[in-house]
Amino acid sequence: MSTAWETVIGLEVHIQLNTQSKIFSGSSTAYGAAANSQASAVDLGMPGVLPVINAEVIRKAALFGLAIDAAVAPQSIFARKHYFYPDLPKGYQISQYELPIVSGGHLDVETAALGKRRIGITRAHLEEDAGKSLHEDYAGQTGIDLNRAGTPLIECVSEPEIASAAEAAAYARKLHALVCYLGICDGNMQEGSFRVDANVSVRRRGETTFGTRTETKNLNSFRFLEKAIEYEIERQIDVIEGGGQIVQETRLYDPDTGETRAMRSKEEAHDYRYFPDPDLLPVVIEPAFLDELKSGLPELPDARRARFEQTLALDADSAALLTSTRATADYFEAVLASAGGATPERARLAANWINGELAAALNRDDLAIQASRVAPAQLAGLLLRIEDNTVSGNAAKSVFEGLWQGEADAADAIIEARGLKQITDSSAIEQFVDEVIESNPEQVEQYRSGKTKVLGFLVGQVMKASKGKAKPQDVSRLMQEKLDT
Amino acid sequence: MTDALHRVSVSTLRAGLTAGDFSPAELTAHFLDRIERFDSGLNTLVTRCDEGARRQADAVASQKAEALSGIPLIQKDIFCTEGVRTTCGSRMLDQFIPPYQATSAARLAEAGSVLLGKANMDEFAMGSSNETSYYGPVRNPWDTDRVPGGSSGGSAAAVAAGLAPLATGTDTGGSIRQPAALCGITGLKPTYGRVSRYGMIAFASSLDQAGCFARRAEDCAHMLGRMAGFDPRDSTSVDAPVPDYHGGLPADPGMLKGLKVGLPKEYFADGLVPGTRGCVQAAIDELAGQGAEIVEVTLPNTGLAVPTYYVLAPAEASSNLARFDGVRYGHRCEQPRDLEDLYLRSRAEGFGREVQRRIMIGAYVLSAGYYDAYYLKAQKTRRLIADDFARVFEQVNIIASPTTQSTAFRLGEKLDDPVTMYLNDIYTIPANLAGLPGISVPAGFDQGLPVGLQLLAPWFAEQQLLNVAHAYQLLTDWHLQWPEAYA
Amino acid sequence: MSLSESDVAKVAQLAKLKLNESQVPEYAAELSGILEMVETLDSAETDGVTPMAHPLDLSARLRADSVTETDHRDAFQAIAPKVEDGVYLVPRVIE
Repeated sequence: MSTAWETVIGLEVHIQLNTQSKIFSGSSTAYGAAANSQASAVDLGMPGVLPVINAEVIRKAALFGLAIDAAVAPQSIFARKHYFYPDLPKGYQISQYELPIVSGGHLDVETAALGKRRIGITRAHLEEDAGKSLHEDYAGQTGIDLNRAGTPLIECVSEPEIASAAEAAAYARKLHALVCYLGICDGNMQEGSFRVDANVSVRRRGETTFGTRTETKNLNSFRFLEKAIEYEIERQIDVIEGGGQIVQETRLYDPDTGETRAMRSKEEAHDYRYFPDPDLLPVVIEPAFLDELKSGLPELPDARRARFEQTLALDADSAALLTSTRATADYFEAVLASAGGATPERARLAANWINGELAAALNRDDLAIQASRVAPAQLAGLLLRIEDNTVSGNAAKSVFEGLWQGEADAADAIIEARGLKQITDSSAIEQFVDEVIESNPEQVEQYRSGKTKVLGFLVGQVMKASKGKAKPQDVSRLMQEKLDT
Repeated sequence: MTDALHRVSVSTLRAGLTAGDFSPAELTAHFLDRIERFDSGLNTLVTRCDEGARRQADAVASQKAEALSGIPLIQKDIFCTEGVRTTCGSRMLDQFIPPYQATSAARLAEAGSVLLGKANMDEFAMGSSNETSYYGPVRNPWDTDRVPGGSSGGSAAAVAAGLAPLATGTDTGGSIRQPAALCGITGLKPTYGRVSRYGMIAFASSLDQAGCFARRAEDCAHMLGRMAGFDPRDSTSVDAPVPDYHGGLPADPGMLKGLKVGLPKEYFADGLVPGTRGCVQAAIDELAGQGAEIVEVTLPNTGLAVPTYYVLAPAEASSNLARFDGVRYGHRCEQPRDLEDLYLRSRAEGFGREVQRRIMIGAYVLSAGYYDAYYLKAQKTRRLIADDFARVFEQVNIIASPTTQSTAFRLGEKLDDPVTMYLNDIYTIPANLAGLPGISVPAGFDQGLPVGLQLLAPWFAEQQLLNVAHAYQLLTDWHLQWPEAYA
Repeated sequence: MSLSESDVAKVAQLAKLKLNESQVPEYAAELSGILEMVETLDSAETDGVTPMAHPLDLSARLRADSVTETDHRDAFQAIAPKVEDGVYLVPRVIE
């Protein structure tokens, strides 16, 4: 990208709240049910039926507001937003307009190029999700499934102050981690629980007015978000440099081509005719309720990461990885607790295993950490055996694999069964050392004549003879003692 | 006695059922016969439920005998009735059979009442003459060349002609009180929030309120007692205890003594026809004769009520009627070319002219650039109007006024002049804007046509309203007059 | 304020009502008449008046988060104009 250009990005993120029932009806929000089997009279917008607000939706939105350091409105209002679309059953969406439940928060994000920056959040309002339009399989017609209609959403709107595609992705990741931490969203992006619209414009560096923006809708992965924005920035610069003008429009990202394209449906000038929904009364949030929520707020990612760095002396990268999801951080702390408490050494060991071996295994089997085949207590059991030198690092890896495959419930059982216990008895090691010295006179001679590099070979022979159960440091020390005398 | 079953009170009917003088089936048959004989000339019903009514009546015998058990009634066709076509007076819902029940209708059914049919009404309750119905106009039993009022015209005319002892209605700007007045019966609009709106097809959600029609205030007391009450499915219904309205009625008019009755001078100004004024004045004199204290009061913002209403009601209506899009239920045009065509033609074909007019006004006043000037302004003037009432109710117990400016007009007379038609509702609209309860009771005749006395009470003071209306009906017999052809 | 024919066409489009050519001038006249009546509100002094959205000064009562609805798809779709395999059908929508 040419440095003569500056990018301005604002993100609107739709966060589905993980309530049991819908925002205005008692229908289930479970994903994947038969079409329209979870669409009640209220969700279908049948004549005469009325919405009633789900208390849990209000609680979760307020929690979100507290977590982004925003103001939670003592009184918020639901409004109707009007447009005709077949997946919008009432001809209006119940949303919030003038008095949203949350306003004025922020997220701190970090990227390699731009460093640490604070991105403002203008507002976060509640609304109902629309249904789904199905374009295949109906002989040239569109099918409408309203199971999703009425699923509670927070629409979180950032200030237009995100400056690069990477920063947009960092912001989205951070927000995603936050809502999962709070336990208000299942975070499942494939199922549409967390969807991002990116408003992108470019301007020549130094200009103070915004360029014309486009809105790329429904980006459901961080990678697509970043790619779509990168493409859109390039495209806009090309258009302007080619003497053209950017058209304000809604665009869609095609993951197959990596390109965005304008939506084909005719865009009417939107006139949403918002007005307060007369079927719903103002939502009042008492200060006492907020205080209660505040005291029950879980430790948030930034605070947890700082604690891991400060009190457990983890390096910044490890702490960041461990706190990237609440489940990972919870797993980490559960391991330390099972191991009988945290010391910096143990914390480092646990972090390395979780970010290394465990992450690789989860990735290989496509599992979330909550579904890990090795439970925190099992990993803790293994780490204790590493700490007390019962097993070598290599042996530990094979124990882990055994746990993963369900060979036994505890590390000790596998160590026992496979005979992986390290030999700590020095007379036993001494015996191996003597044997190796005896059977490798040539190498011993080389060593004694000053070619000390050959020590590695000799130690290796001992390790081989001990079937890996001897501790290499012990072998090396003993071998040197013998050769040097 | 059985040939006069349509002339007696609900309590009398109930006593007759209990004593075995006649069975629920015979009672229902009496009214079904009257519907068969008279309704073709009045057009009060969109859908008859003869079969269902007979079945329900047969089932009643074993039920416990409470006030409405075995009593036939008619539902305005705005209330969704499970398995019974509910048209809202519109082609849009000509084939609509709801698979769910309005809460108030369910409560009346649970009370053992028998549903005779669904009453004709102005399309989506938009009208004051019952001439906007897709099913044709309803005729006034007192003069079949005249309108019964609206929008609950079918309900009012049916009760006036003795086709049912009771009927439900809805009142958004006077749609119960005005037809009750023009048809010479009693019509009660409760406080906003008193009766659940769930399953009642919405016109203007912040104004709509379900209520009832009967000849007598005491019958309305029975009915309200069953319809009222908190409904968890309506966020705007109020969680307040429902008194035994009928049990609370006074045995004699003595309660009128010392009652402070306010006469808003704005309701007796220009536009009030002398014949109507005379009847209402006589009614007030009657109350004064019993020791009521008559006080002139002022509701200075009355003149703002009609214009305020014609911003707010169409705005809400344009939104409420957006759901009728031909996709999930209701009228769908033939062979739509594309989605846009489906919307445009289904809605243009499904809605009549008055409804389209109000949808467009509503969309206009909410549209970008006009919201503040119209909608927000009207929300403020609404507050001024409500505040007027709050002030007056610090001085008086009840407000008395004419219900309408004049008696029933001729069919077609005002159809081409919507604004004049709208301005007629000046005495009834303010109570809807403020959310107050009101009742219209028969108060005499002007040239053979009924005149209504409107009483308004403070929020949730329905008992007071019914008590005064009942006391007045103990003193007078205007409510017991019958149009000759239907006596 | 009087509504021009193009205003009426615009608002009809917004409300998704197909008007034929003869209806447009008629509605323009009728709607203008209504707006003229409505504009008497301009004379009302409303500075400092809080808009009234609702007749009762109450706040929302919230519902507990539990699933109370069961599947009634067949009953709802029995009254639908066009359905197939449990979905509502409309003319093709292009995104």
